[in-house]
Amino acid sequence: MDYATLLQVLDTTLRLATPLLLACLAGLYSERAGIFDIGLEGKMLAAAMAAGAVAALTGSAWAGLLAGIGASLVFAALHGVASITFRGNQLISGVALNFLSSGITVLVAQALFRQGGRTPPLTGDARFNPITLPGADALRDIPVIGPLYHEVISGHSVLVYIAFLIVPLTWWVLFRTRFGLRLRAVGENPAAVDTAGVSVVALRFAAVGITGILCGLAGAYMATALQAGFGREMTAGRGYIALAALIFAKWRPVAAMWACLLFGFFQALALRPDVVQAVVQVKVPVPFLDALPYILTVLVLAGFVGKAIPPRAGGEPYVKER
Amino acid sequence: MDRLPRWADVALVPLISLLFAAVISALVLLAIGQSPVEAFKVMATGAVGSAYGWGYTLYYATSFIFTGLAVTVAFHAGLFNIGGEGQAQLGGLGVALVCLSLPWPHWTLALVAATLGAAAFGAAWAAIPAYLQAKRGSHIVITTIMFNYIAAALLVYLLVDVLRPAGQMDPASARFPVGAKLPALNDIPGFDLIFTKPVPANVTLFVALGMAVMVWAILWRTRLGYQIRAFGKSESAAKYAGINPVRITIIAMLLSGALAGMMSINNVMGEAERLLQNSSEGAGFIGIAVALMGRNHPIGVVLAALLFGFLYQGGAELGLWTSIPIEMRIVVQGLVILFTGALDVMVRMILQRIFGMFRSFKAVGAA
Repeated sequence: MDYATLLQVLDTTLRLATPLLLACLAGLYSERAGIFDIGLEGKMLAAAMAAGAVAALTGSAWAGLLAGIGASLVFAALHGVASITFRGNQLISGVALNFLSSGITVLVAQALFRQGGRTPPLTGDARFNPITLPGADALRDIPVIGPLYHEVISGHSVLVYIAFLIVPLTWWVLFRTRFGLRLRAVGENPAAVDTAGVSVVALRFAAVGITGILCGLAGAYMATALQAGFGREMTAGRGYIALAALIFAKWRPVAAMWACLLFGFFQALALRPDVVQAVVQVKVPVPFLDALPYILTVLVLAGFVGKAIPPRAGGEPYVKER
Repeated sequence: MDRLPRWADVALVPLISLLFAAVISALVLLAIGQSPVEAFKVMATGAVGSAYGWGYTLYYATSFIFTGLAVTVAFHAGLFNIGGEGQAQLGGLGVALVCLSLPWPHWTLALVAATLGAAAFGAAWAAIPAYLQAKRGSHIVITTIMFNYIAAALLVYLLVDVLRPAGQMDPASARFPVGAKLPALNDIPGFDLIFTKPVPANVTLFVALGMAVMVWAILWRTRLGYQIRAFGKSESAAKYAGINPVRITIIAMLLSGALAGMMSINNVMGEAERLLQNSSEGAGFIGIAVALMGRNHPIGVVLAALLFGFLYQGGAELGLWTSIPIEMRIVVQGLVILFTGALDVMVRMILQRIFGMFRSFKAVGAA
């Protein structure tokens, strides 16, 4: 594989890793607070539809982004009410909301645009267009680093850079702020947090809300940056890959970024079977590349690649003793 | 707060949950500018208004009985098996391999062999997540989700590169031999008086009903069933009573996977007569809704499967005759899971309030 091809694959990796990363960080907040969320997929999908629809109607990608976050927050609130207020089964709630989102996105898109459940193709300001980072053109001719900066790092939409900036931000919030300490505590030992006089319910709702916002960004990115509009089931299991990445990263933000880049790299390779074949000298079936993130996650879960220990109070509703 | 009377717990809670789901579905239809009454009429006419419609409704219900029972068995052991979809697809692979291996002389032999093949492949696909849960403590929900995706990828590979006959364009296996053709309800003497037109519902329906009886017998009439239910209620108490958690986890998941796999005799052998991509079409997931709605009891599962059969056939009719997208049925499915599964406590709280009010009225009346 020559250097130019490698850069192309890495460029695709960044673009495909971004929705995974946003969804993965979304799941991180929720699960660190003790709320399992297998509904990342549904929230992303709802956000993608809302973003695609509003961007098409208003011609503004930013309005689309806000709508996407709003739609995702509605689903997050439903999950919060079911799993925090009514202490329902968090896994079942997630499954239910994924189905609800999968159906309702097509219904709404069809009712609004009558284009077979799609939103109209977006152009111009209705999409987040690539931005060229400062100096990208000037540095282009420097060997090795120049093309890397110009082809891979520069030339993405603003949401890609936001996603990667949220990684250190998340680390700082979780490990350097009072809110983060409490958030992690509520996922490990909610009774202790309650005893300290801090509301478990409020903290968990805050976490679920952040999850909603980040899934909103992920979905909006899918519909208004990665692609030009919403199509049915367009998230195609990315919410579950993000969940896999979260476990792979053992619920840590920086590791989550590397996991998402790895899984994004697999997705990029699955688009270029010719490159894979040239490198490993054997014909690798594309479905195998598609399945790699899932296979790796199972291996991690099985404890063959280090042990993944989830937050201790994850999945259990908190009942105050009376 | 007082406990609900048993009849309310068994019948009223699921019915109220269903009512909530129906009301919200109607609101969704109103919001997209459709008439819920018209939609329901179309669904009812198409799904239960004719023998032909029933032929489809029963066909879908057959698949859902299998996947609903699969989720039920796992639920009783305290395990949430979301992998029914992957297990059903592997079951389809088992059916295809059995059907294509021999020139079957008669469908009865083929049915027995294919059922065993489907069960074995489905169980095998559930075995790995079961082992990982029992021995390594990896969460069964996550592993079964991962196995759904791995199963889908595996089947794409097998259908495109291995099982596809030379010269065929679409990714599917070869057609099964004539001897492996299962009689549809319209081929069975007696039933052919009702079903005059060819319908997809076939003899697998009776296998499904037989399995419902079998699951009931295993869960409530055998020592193994007692152990499964005890383990699901309290793992620590079960361990104290000498029940081996590894053994029960693995057996429950093998049974669950086998049941999910068996649904493939209905769609792969009974209907398509060859293995197609995504053969189970989400039926594995509907099993979750069916089990929750059916309160994890085989009788409830059969009734809920009929309801979802109605919903699926009716939803297809909506897609055909109205401008309501076929995805409406996924919305209803999600709402049913939400209300019967996750918002169960809310429904109970509302009912307890109402019952509490009645009781205090009575108390006032008596005094």
